[in-house]
Amino acid sequence: MLEVVDLRSGYGRIEVLRGVSLEVRAGEVVALIGSNGAGKTTLLRALSGVQPITGGEIRLLGARIDALAPHRRVERGLTQSPEGRQVFGPLSVEDNLRLGAYMRRDKEIGADRDQVYAMFPALAEKRRIAAGSLSGGQQQMLAIGRALMGRPKLLLLDEPSLGLSPLLVDQILAAIVALRGRGITVLLVEQNAAAALEIADRGYVLETGRIISTGPGAALLSDPAVKAAYLGAD
Amino acid sequence: MSEFVQFLMSGLTVGAVYALVALGFTLVYTASDVVNFAQGEFVMLGGMVTVFMAALGVPLPVAALIAVAAAVCVGLLLYWLAIAPSRGASPVTLIIITIGASILLRGAAQVLFDKQFHKLPSFSGDVPVNLLGAAVQPQSFWVIGGTALIVLLLYLFMERTVLGKALRATAANRLAARLVGINTTTVMTLAFGGSAAIGAIGGILVTPITLTSYDVGTLLALKGFAAAMLGGMGNPLGAVMGGILLGLLESFGAGYLSSTYKDGIAFVVILVVLVAMPQGLFGRRSVERV
Ligand SMILES: Nc1ncnc2c1ncn2[C@@H]1O[C@H](COP(=O)(O)OP(=O)(O)OP(=O)(O)O)[C@@H](O)[C@H]1O
Ligand SMILES: [Mg+2]
Repeated sequence: MLEVVDLRSGYGRIEVLRGVSLEVRAGEVVALIGSNGAGKTTLLRALSGVQPITGGEIRLLGARIDALAPHRRVERGLTQSPEGRQVFGPLSVEDNLRLGAYMRRDKEIGADRDQVYAMFPALAEKRRIAAGSLSGGQQQMLAIGRALMGRPKLLLLDEPSLGLSPLLVDQILAAIVALRGRGITVLLVEQNAAAALEIADRGYVLETGRIISTGPGAALLSDPAVKAAYLGAD
Repeated sequence: MSEFVQFLMSGLTVGAVYALVALGFTLVYTASDVVNFAQGEFVMLGGMVTVFMAALGVPLPVAALIAVAAAVCVGLLLYWLAIAPSRGASPVTLIIITIGASILLRGAAQVLFDKQFHKLPSFSGDVPVNLLGAAVQPQSFWVIGGTALIVLLLYLFMERTVLGKALRATAANRLAARLVGINTTTVMTLAFGGSAAIGAIGGILVTPITLTSYDVGTLLALKGFAAAMLGGMGNPLGAVMGGILLGLLESFGAGYLSSTYKDGIAFVVILVVLVAMPQGLFGRRSVERV
């Protein structure tokens, strides 16, 4: 599904991604964990094309996408729910979801929207409300729902559990598992490493711009080095 | 009473033009964060191109269409040649670029056309209409009605169409807009073209009343900018209200106080409002939660 080879990116002269290589296979949920400032968000933004890269390759379904504009990548089935939710605050919940399907021209947009409402009933009740006045958890659901409206083959989720109550975190994680059931491949970025690795098929550990460890979710969970760095205090 | 109505109608007429210029400012600012001080030149182009096309024997409605098309072309060129290449430049740099563009356009108009004042025939004659004792020029109704129609169409576009929503989404959150696949270049192109068309239409509507010349854009840009600030920059409804309010202030100020201070009165009120309410009269309070 996704292959990233030796990807490099940064801000100005500061290199943040220093040769990242990873792979996500069709139907997988892959967790990307790493501490504050490791470069997780930078990586996801580079994959979506909103962060310039200075080297390396990105392949989606076998085709190079690293030179494509962001909207072309959405067209090819790559969507993202960004860190910090980033909903369109003044627009209604319904309009936020409609814009998630901005690139689509088919007739099933309404049906997909209803599916998002079925997945997150809290949103259905607020469909006419400005997205900016939703609670943090609802905004997170909206950001995920909006990304789903693009009919992704590969969905990128950047810290979907950030700042949510444990109950809501469980709800979001259950939703991600349900997405895998629908055949959507997921690359999940989390600081909450334990929770992410538990639902993931595989995981990667990113540290200061490099992948330092990878393996099945369960294996990483019990890896002493990972435990010490990411599961201890958390 | 008749005097009051007289001032009211002339204030609404001038205010409608300010509102259109302010709408142009707002549209571009919303989509791209650029304050486009060349906005007034679109009004000038609307009037001047129509005048010179009509002088060549082109029927007035066709001349007006050509003028709008010409202004849109200039707006798009401004975006493609000057704004798009300087993406990432500071707001001050961008403002200076647009001021430079407006000087260039004024100079070109002076060479291409001339330095005279020009008039267009009123669309439905010059026989004043009696409104509650006041004599109102029929063209005033064209200006006010045309503005109302543009505001309505723009509102429907922004609220009801996906493209309009994409424009508002880009204004609200550019990163998220790009992530859902909105091509922000398209949105900005649309905003520059649209604001040019709106300005040009304003220029065509008002030329039978106020006359036009190569340099009418400067003061209009200032007034329109003031109106947009008054209403809260980036808020289309506020821009319209700000424009009309400014027109009324000027008209009543000139009528009841002194026409010498017409421009002064308006700017003093704006200063007071902005010091007291930096967001403008209708500036939206942020509803976003962090
Ligand atoms: N816009 C920016 N300009 C300059 N440096 C930045 C910018 N955004 C991020 N950085 C730096 O790049 C590095 C990686 O940031 P990034 O946001 O990708 O990390 P992250 O792994 O997502 O962290 P977090 O867990 O806090 O979300 C950090 O050192 C950060 O300070
Ligand atoms: Mg991050």
